[in-house]
Amino acid sequence: MAISRRKFVVRTLLGGTGVMLGAAYLGRNSIRRSIYEMAESPDMLSYMGDVSDPLMWFEISNDNKVVLHSPKVEMGQGSFTSMVQMAAEELEMDIEQISIVHAETSTGNIDGMSTGGSTTVAGFWQPLRELSATMREMLKIEGAKKLGVEPGDVKANRGTISGGGKSLTYGEIVDGVSDWEIPETPVLKDPKDFKFIGKPIRRVDVEDKVYGTPMFGMDASMPDMLYGAVVRPDRIGARYNGADISKVEGMPGVVKIVKEDDFVGVVAKSLVEAENAKRVIKVDWKTDRNWQTSDIEAAIQVGKGDSMVIQKTGDTEGALDSEGVIMAEYKSPIGAHAQLEPNGAVAHVESDKATIIMSTQVINMTRSEVAERIGMDAEKVNIVPTYLGGGFGRRLHTPNAMQAAVMSKAVGKPVKCFFNRKEEFQKDTFRPPTHHQLKAKLDDNGNIEAFEHSFASGDVMFNSALVPGFAGTVLGADIGATRGARVQYGAIPNHRAVSWHVSLPFATSWWRSLGLLANTFAIESFMDELAIKAGKDPIQFRLDHLQDDEAGRRLKTVIEKARDMARYQDKANGNSAMGFACSTDAGTPCAHVAEVSVEGKEIKVNKVTCTMDPGFAVNPDQVKAQCEGSIIMGMSASMFERMYVDDSQLRPTIYGPYKMALMRHAPKEIDVEIINGTGKPGAVGEPPLGPIGAAIANAVFRITGQRLREMPLTLA
Amino acid sequence: MISFTINGQLLMVDVEGDTPLLWVIRDLLDMKGTKFGCGKAACGACTIHVDGEAVRSCSYAVKYAEGKSITTIEGLGTADNPHPVQQAWVEEVVPQCGYCQPGFMMATAALLNKNPNPSDEDIDKNIINVCRCGTYYRMRKAIKKAAEINANSITNS
Repeated sequence: MAISRRKFVVRTLLGGTGVMLGAAYLGRNSIRRSIYEMAESPDMLSYMGDVSDPLMWFEISNDNKVVLHSPKVEMGQGSFTSMVQMAAEELEMDIEQISIVHAETSTGNIDGMSTGGSTTVAGFWQPLRELSATMREMLKIEGAKKLGVEPGDVKANRGTISGGGKSLTYGEIVDGVSDWEIPETPVLKDPKDFKFIGKPIRRVDVEDKVYGTPMFGMDASMPDMLYGAVVRPDRIGARYNGADISKVEGMPGVVKIVKEDDFVGVVAKSLVEAENAKRVIKVDWKTDRNWQTSDIEAAIQVGKGDSMVIQKTGDTEGALDSEGVIMAEYKSPIGAHAQLEPNGAVAHVESDKATIIMSTQVINMTRSEVAERIGMDAEKVNIVPTYLGGGFGRRLHTPNAMQAAVMSKAVGKPVKCFFNRKEEFQKDTFRPPTHHQLKAKLDDNGNIEAFEHSFASGDVMFNSALVPGFAGTVLGADIGATRGARVQYGAIPNHRAVSWHVSLPFATSWWRSLGLLANTFAIESFMDELAIKAGKDPIQFRLDHLQDDEAGRRLKTVIEKARDMARYQDKANGNSAMGFACSTDAGTPCAHVAEVSVEGKEIKVNKVTCTMDPGFAVNPDQVKAQCEGSIIMGMSASMFERMYVDDSQLRPTIYGPYKMALMRHAPKEIDVEIINGTGKPGAVGEPPLGPIGAAIANAVFRITGQRLREMPLTLA
Repeated sequence: MISFTINGQLLMVDVEGDTPLLWVIRDLLDMKGTKFGCGKAACGACTIHVDGEAVRSCSYAVKYAEGKSITTIEGLGTADNPHPVQQAWVEEVVPQCGYCQPGFMMATAALLNKNPNPSDEDIDKNIINVCRCGTYYRMRKAIKKAAEINANSITNS
């Protein structure tokens, strides 16, 4: 196989304290390849965009530190730590010698893809290690020159190159080098020699997060900064039709009222003054009609809207056109992201450049939207991404950056502007509600002869600014809504999945794991119903229907491991029972056994056993953390969370009334086992959300005899 | 003028008395460790100590802080001299996104002051902040570890 030389770009650091080496990471590598592979697979992730030749910068300073400029953002998923592990491994440096920051767009071309879809570590697995290894070889070549020995006679270790009895640090080597010799991509380290990869290295950001270091978009400020507030409608479908600002003029601290065609905002000297002024602006909102929850529920029904068969094996319709068909319907509600850090931005628009500091999952898209809105070349707009106070898909849409920029341009000073909590809840890009219709037929031996999952959902990918408008036409089905919607039991002779789609009058979009949570809740609850009908052990019943291929075998291993670890018991013990469910998402199989008790009408999750095979865990501790977090976020959504529509207002608008899992609800035991099934990292951050709702509902059935077919799970 | 002590330092601020203490801390005093989450005392991201009591500073007018002693996450401890809660949080690698964590640590420190060895039930009743990443499982371990660190330091001293 021909190994190509990589493209490297060299910049001198200001003040001559080192160099910045920028390396193209997409050329022929797995990020682009995996995107294209995904684009052709039914589970295509849509985190597309311009992927032409972006650079990743490594800053090597004379004090022998490397700063990695990450084109992906850290939103809690721990990928910064995994990236440092991968870089340290091939650079032959210690973890402490490498730090990682978010790449600003002014550093050059950053890929147009978002951070999302559980793709960061998997996508960088090959390219980041290759770049780091190449750079190590570059340092060896220059180091050998400076040491006056042959390149073959030097060794790299802990940030130094040694040979001929002498040594130099990387920081010393880079000094004065402007013309680097770039070798062919070296062979990567054998996994048995890994020092950092595959080890539970402590999160690199843990100390900053424990000692209160300013690091989030909300923490940003600039000299001479003012505060902006935008008046946002609280009703669905409301269109801006002008505003009465007469009461605002002369209010304390007010600097300017910014009236645009599509919004009105106010800029003031302090946040409190901006919010006070905002309250007395009277906006004329035009609405066409009044919406209620019942209208939304009536719209999201299997049989309504556009449909597409997304999976088809055998003659499911024929097999189900007979006596003895088992049917059930499931539902899930509108869900809010409810991330703790509100959306916002600090913008400073000057005559010839603009700077925006903020939490975003779509760095390049944010930049082009801002550039277009303020009429400036994108190259002159610098997006400075910060750590995210939660992402979960909420920051894949960032019009707030444009609004901050418009207000900054209007006053000629930096402006900070962010959503209040009511706006966060009402202007969220919600997880769409779903409706599921399941049908199956058992044969004389109690095996499934035919299985059909039809489901209806609002937009996830459709109408998202993240994907090209033609994607819907090409793909036919909403690839976000279809996550987890296919029947994963390939040994069922006849099975199919049908997707129904309706766009709702408010924004629904990406919510961590997309359709996976609701689809798995429906399918895995129904599998439990079928196992009980067939009089079989629910775990064996699932194993009996797995196909014998790699995906089937990996899921089987995960299922058996969960069963054995939890010592699964199919019978309730008093008011306690276990429930089982599993799913494969983005290639990662995961199984949960939930140990649940019921007191009165309260469902309590006491313990969850989780097994997952992400292919390979670069950082097993953080993969476990993602499982723990997904289990708790998933149980929160399954058991408590629900937005409703009341006279066109999305409600509730505050934590508390929007009930979520708290400390007292979280399982006291979470036992996670990671299986490295392929040796290559795959998706981690979303797959473990899938099975939790069904696992809990299946346990509840064993205790109470009530089959809960609607999220949030509520006992009669 | 309103005067109070914050992290051991006596300060006077010239600000409208109804201004939430959170914004005085964040915007006037430029200490960003205390977070804004909801503005209605519903999530706990802004939890600080006022005279040792856990207080949700987004809904606490600055005028009520007159003459009182305030502690924020910056005053709880530092990397060189961590509070036992922070030490436990690092050892258990609790944070994910990290945004809600200062509020949880402040709530925990206040709980441990009153109840050095809280039971699971005490933790459930007193630690009622919101974490969206779902770090509760590790937090519970860290709270117990912090109690142990406290107990050991008392035994040793």
